[in-house]
Amino acid sequence: MEFDGWTALIGTGTVVAVFVVVMLMVILAVWAERRVAAVMQTRIGPNRAGPFGLLQTIADGIKLLMKESITPRQVDRLVYELAPLLAVLPAFLALAIVPFGPGFCIGGQGTDCSGGYFVDMQIANLNVGVLWFLSMSAIGVYAALLAGWGSGSKYPLLGGVRASAQVISYEAALSLSVVPVVVAAGTLDTQGIVLAQSQYRWFLLPLFIPALFFFVAALAETNRPPFDLVEAESELVGGFHTEYSGVRFMLFFLAEYVNVVTISALFVTFFLGGWTGPYPVAGSVNWAPLFGAIWFLAKTVCIIGIFFWLRVTLPRLRYDQLMALCWKRLIPINLVYLMAVAVWVAYQATGDLPRLVGGG
Amino acid sequence: MELHDYLPILVLLVVALLFGTVSRGLSALLHPRDPTPEKLDPYECGIVPERDNPERFPVQFYLVAMIFIAFDIEVIFLYPWAVLVRRLGVFGLVEMAVFVAIVFVAYGYIRREGVFDWAPRKKLDRTLLLQRYRREAEAARVASGASETEAA
Repeated sequence: MEFDGWTALIGTGTVVAVFVVVMLMVILAVWAERRVAAVMQTRIGPNRAGPFGLLQTIADGIKLLMKESITPRQVDRLVYELAPLLAVLPAFLALAIVPFGPGFCIGGQGTDCSGGYFVDMQIANLNVGVLWFLSMSAIGVYAALLAGWGSGSKYPLLGGVRASAQVISYEAALSLSVVPVVVAAGTLDTQGIVLAQSQYRWFLLPLFIPALFFFVAALAETNRPPFDLVEAESELVGGFHTEYSGVRFMLFFLAEYVNVVTISALFVTFFLGGWTGPYPVAGSVNWAPLFGAIWFLAKTVCIIGIFFWLRVTLPRLRYDQLMALCWKRLIPINLVYLMAVAVWVAYQATGDLPRLVGGG
Repeated sequence: MELHDYLPILVLLVVALLFGTVSRGLSALLHPRDPTPEKLDPYECGIVPERDNPERFPVQFYLVAMIFIAFDIEVIFLYPWAVLVRRLGVFGLVEMAVFVAIVFVAYGYIRREGVFDWAPRKKLDRTLLLQRYRREAEAARVASGASETEAA
């Protein structure tokens, strides 16, 4: 398929569509989190702006836009301004490899869609999708670090240093827990990972331990409770974004929720079969891509719900517990499990065990 | 897979940049400016800041950064192998088993060195500390007892 105006248009269209969908999800997620937390704590929660308080997030957004954005005098101007942008950019860029549904063909013939245009329901169908996600989440560390450093104030500095140590530690755990998925699927391409789980061969069961560890690392990576030591308000006020107010704070806040959506979507992709669902099997109906997207979003919302549930349920960890959990539990157990999965997969691929041992 | 597959990502980058800068610009137009000396101070829970920021951090943070690099490089080695496990067969498994074993040796060493122990000096063995406290308490008791008998 050659590159022409239509391809560019389709590409831009998917970008805009994904952007809108994710922004809507973020807006609803912020509202839902507050409502869910309120219900769990027998409070009412935001219920004034719009029906059920649905417009609360938008109202808050407008409020933050119009609030005074204080720039304290001790800040390092360039770094201070750069940090919120550096939080938002990788958060959105990581979305590029989230597969929202099966690809479909416009105006083409046959399985290879000759003469038409194949539309992926994802921004970029990269053959190194998993690596792209990991590199973007690694860049996200800079936001917290630079914000803490550039603020030139004590709490942000402590928060920033904590954040970088926490996030890089769990970065290692996170990327290690994706390796078994790659072994099982045999590809780094997110669509390929979803297809490898078709017909309910979800990786959740065979890879339960990596799935659990991925989820724990995801919580820590996005600085969500119970791993929100970065902004532990009882000790660090607001952590790395203490000195940020108004729209700059909004960008940090937004980035956090975009990260939550992305990482939940990737949990679904890696372990819960992505966009596959009971109806319809891909390609059997014209509307398969739409149903795929519905299944995918439904599963993602469930995972985001678990994020909220844990936030209300669990107390915050201590810093030594946080580090011990990552380095003493997640990483070594993951490595051992990975080797077990690799042996099993190689055994499956080469046939029987004697042949495997004998060098087949 | 060609380079133009990455073009949508460029579009996404532009959209995200626009989002950031436009909301920033919009706020610059809308938000009030009323700086006071107190407002521009570094935040310190209402206390007037007296000391500068700490320049030194616990060495643990540096250690974690170094270990992270080692483990991250390890993971990067794992990925291409993970894709090809099926084709590499026994050779790949043995190679990776050796590699992981070496990593585990290093891991065991840094773990025993206490790099992952962040708790307040766990290595100062708790029993040793207790013994010291008991000795000191005993000494203090004896000393005070002696002074009491002297007074009597």
